[in-house]
This record gives sequence, structure tokens and C-alpha cells, in this order.
Amino acid sequence: MTSLVIAEHDNKSLKDSTAKTVGAAAQLGAPVHILVAGQDCGAAAEAAAKIAGVEKVLVADDALYAKMVAEPMEKLILGLAPNYNAILAPATTNGKNYMPRVAAKLDVPQVSEILAVESPDTFRRPIYAGNAIATVQTPAGKKIITVRTTAFKSPEGAGSATVERVTPAGDPGLSKFVSEELSKSERPELTSAKIIISGGRGMQSGENFHLLDKIADKLHAAVGASRAAVDAGFVPNDYQVGQTGKVVAPELYIAVGISGAIQHLAGMKDSKVIAAINKDEEAPIFQVADYGLVADLFKAIPEMDEELTKLGY
Amino acid sequence: MKVLVPVKRVIDYNVKVRVKADQTGVDLANVKMSMNPFDEISVEEAIRLKEKGKATEVIAVSVGPQAAQETIRTALAMGADRGILVKVDGDVEPLAVAKILKGICEAEQPGLVILGKQAIDDDSNQTGQMLAALLGWPQATFAHKLELGDGNAQVEREIDGGLQTVEIKTPAIVTTDLRLNEPRYASLPNIMKAKKKPIDEKSPADYGVDTTPRLKVLKVTEPAKRQAGVKVKTAAELIDKLKNEAGVI
Repeated sequence: MTSLVIAEHDNKSLKDSTAKTVGAAAQLGAPVHILVAGQDCGAAAEAAAKIAGVEKVLVADDALYAKMVAEPMEKLILGLAPNYNAILAPATTNGKNYMPRVAAKLDVPQVSEILAVESPDTFRRPIYAGNAIATVQTPAGKKIITVRTTAFKSPEGAGSATVERVTPAGDPGLSKFVSEELSKSERPELTSAKIIISGGRGMQSGENFHLLDKIADKLHAAVGASRAAVDAGFVPNDYQVGQTGKVVAPELYIAVGISGAIQHLAGMKDSKVIAAINKDEEAPIFQVADYGLVADLFKAIPEMDEELTKLGY
Repeated sequence: MKVLVPVKRVIDYNVKVRVKADQTGVDLANVKMSMNPFDEISVEEAIRLKEKGKATEVIAVSVGPQAAQETIRTALAMGADRGILVKVDGDVEPLAVAKILKGICEAEQPGLVILGKQAIDDDSNQTGQMLAALLGWPQATFAHKLELGDGNAQVEREIDGGLQTVEIKTPAIVTTDLRLNEPRYASLPNIMKAKKKPIDEKSPADYGVDTTPRLKVLKVTEPAKRQAGVKVKTAAELIDKLKNEAGVI
């Protein structure tokens, strides 16, 4: 039987998390199809068809799916479910929103945020904010899985899947999208950036985040924050890296004025290289940092900026 | 309108969990237990709705061992009116909890169920959405702001790229995110008063639900540990290491 991956996209383009979820689905050993549900989402569907190893792309193009509202998504996916043995979605706020509805309707347990596929029915997933890892086995029947995409690689190479339209499943009439306020940024997204520089409570104000912006511009980095900085109102919630925010795993993570609370570490400790700047040498962040600088960030960050300028960044 | 608030007893968020040597789970012996922090936010939101005159009664529900009664008492001390304890020993999966809550919703007919978006023990993030699907109700997960209207609710949600507002018909399910509100502390007089508030005891069988776990936990292990690296003395040295030693910039 086949596996179905639900695509994450903004109609115009496909998010990296889709290909990474395909990477996880491929490990189940069955052919992989992708569902692109959106409005005027042809470009996203074309991109999905180019992911290596994908056999077929299903496109549900309707105003109902423009923002992937949970109730219509549930109805659409349930209609397709009889053809599939496993359904996977990236553990984005969208995937987390609609997938449990599908699982409940199919009367099967959901396996949330898998980190690894041990065998087609056995998965590893984080519990207690990543402080423990559970290995769980699913019962016979359909598998409903969300994927922590930072733990998987996109398939290599290019594919040429067939694209097929599916009929929209209709409006359950329970909910509607009203509006959204998305943070606008020229910088890469947190979850796909190669370099991230994050600020914590030590930044002292939202204004001071501009210090990080300068470094981020030079390194083509994304800017993140700890929960403390978000709760203090320095930056919006979508900056938050941590167990309850975004889970990231860039090549380089620079933590500035972040003490390293467990919940923050859970969101970034899989980064390849971690650098930390904090004036408290006892800060727990130094226990996970490859490079630690005990210094006042208001002195160290301008110095870094200057040094990068000197080196031609 | 009644508001139902499910609350879960979990290891306190300040406790560093320890994985058991036999890899069967984490050590719960002699560990401080508290209400799941996201559920505190749910209780607070429900009480505020009552204070604004939008809710008539706040019912706190817990599915768990006898000791979960303490968690219900905490909700009662914050301001909930009464409690329901559905007694189950051992792990109960989100789907089974959702089925029990469905039974309670059918009996109590709440206009709103407010749940934490996830419990900080199993981190599943499923129960609210599953309950919504089982009831055929709409949901607004990861709520940042809740405005109750007449027969509907507008909810601002925390999503990956920012904030999204949805309008849902009521009755509905709302799950709370961190910034919806700041939960109050229970005052001593309210803690005393809470001792007299009623808590009904039920069993999963009362709702016809089998709580046997469907997922088999083969083992629970410690995550791979990161080693602390080196300390550098200056910002220039840090840049040098990142560029020439780690090769990441």
C-alpha cells in the first residue's frame, strides 16, 4: 500500500518541510504520493512533482483549502484515506492542526513528531520536551504520523511525478478563515535557515534586536528568540525557538543573551554547531555550546559585526 | 453557557526528568507533580469568561489516577465551579481521553471546551483536535486571543509565520497557547473554598471507553548528549573559530 504526504506550502511555493516529510515517508518502504491542498496552488504542485521518489501528486485546488483550515482538510484527507496505508504531515502548525482530526475519525492513534523511522511500524519520538526519547510501535491498520522535519533529509535527485486533480470534498461549514498577520522578512525562514542568530532576555529590549539584524544580514541568517524574549514582548511569537515554538537544526546556531532553559535547548540542540554569548559563565547554554564567549553582548556583538566587516562579509 | 476545562496532572515543568534504568519510562517516584501549564491557561481563560458573564459554569475534568483529584482542586481553587474525575491508572492515550471527553460533553452540553494545546509529558498535541473531530465540532488551536460572540467565536491563533484569525461556530473546541493569558495564583481563601466544591468520580466504563493503549512503547531512552566545547576569549576569536575551525560561516 501507498503512503500519502500532505504538502506544506503557501500556494505559490512548496516548503522544505514537504520534501523532508517525503524523506521520512520513503523509509516506510511503500510508494509515496503527495496531496497539495490549496487555492491556485499549481506552482506548489509542480514543485512537489519534482521531489525525487514521488509517484503521484494529487491537487485539490479550491478556496476552501487556501489557508488549510482544519475542518475542510479533515474531510478532504478522510476521503482519500481508504487508498493509503500511512498518512504523514510535517509537524508544522498546519499539520498539528488537521492531522489529529483525521486520526480520531479513522479511530487510530497518531504518532506525533517522529524523529526516526526504526522500521515501517516503529518510530522514535521526543517526549518531555526532548529530555527523553520514546520508541513506539503502531498497531496494524492505518498510520497517522506527523514528522519533525529537522530530523529528516529531503530525497536527493529530481523526480517527475504525475499530477492528478482530485475533487474538493466540500465545506463542513463549521469554520472560516478571517485574516492573518504574517511577519514580513527578507531573511530566510527559521526552520530552513542554515544559520540562526537568536536573542534572549539578555537583549533587554526589542530595539536591541537590531544588533542581531546586522549580523544576520551579513551571514544570511534568520533571527530567532527565546521564549523569555517573546514573553517580554521584544519580538513576535513566530521568532520563538524551543519546544513550544519552532524546532530548528541549522548548521550554525548563535545564542545571544540566552541562558539555555530546557525548553529552549529542546528546540535547538540538534544544530550542527552552537555558539553562545552570555555574560554569566554559569549559564546552562555553555554546556551545549561548541564555542562559548563569556562577555557582555552589547560589547561582543558590535565587535563581531566589525570583525565580519573586516573579513569582507 | 457551560465551559469544560480538561486538566492533566504531569511532572512539574521545573523538574528535570530522569529516564528509568530499565528503559520503561521516566521516573515518577517522589517527583513533584503539577497541572500541565497549558491547562492552567485554559482554566484561567474559562474563569475570565465567567467573570465577564459569558460563561455560567466552569467544569474542570481530569482523566487520571486518584491523585489527579489534586489537579482538579487546583482548578477549583483558581475559580472553577465543580470537578469530574475519570479514574484510570496508567497511561491513557489522547484518543481514549478524547473519547471520554466526548461522553462528558454529551452529558454536560458545554458551549466551549478549552484545552491546553499539549501536555508537557507526552507532547502529543492531539486531544483537543481529536475531541473536535469526534464531536463534529470546529476547533481553534494554539489560541492567542479569544473573543466569544453570539453562536460563534473569533480566535487569533499562533501559527508558524505569525498570527491567524479564524471564526468558528459554537459549540467549539479551543486549545490554548502560551500567550493567551497569564494564569492567576489561587488565594488562600479560595483554596479553602475549593475543598468544599464537589468532584464527581467516574470511570471510563461510564462512557463506554476502553483505555488500553494502542501504541506499544518499546523503550524510553535518554537523548544523545552534547558535549560542552571550548571557551573563546574575544568576539574576533569566535568569528575565527566559526570560519576556520568549524567552517560554518
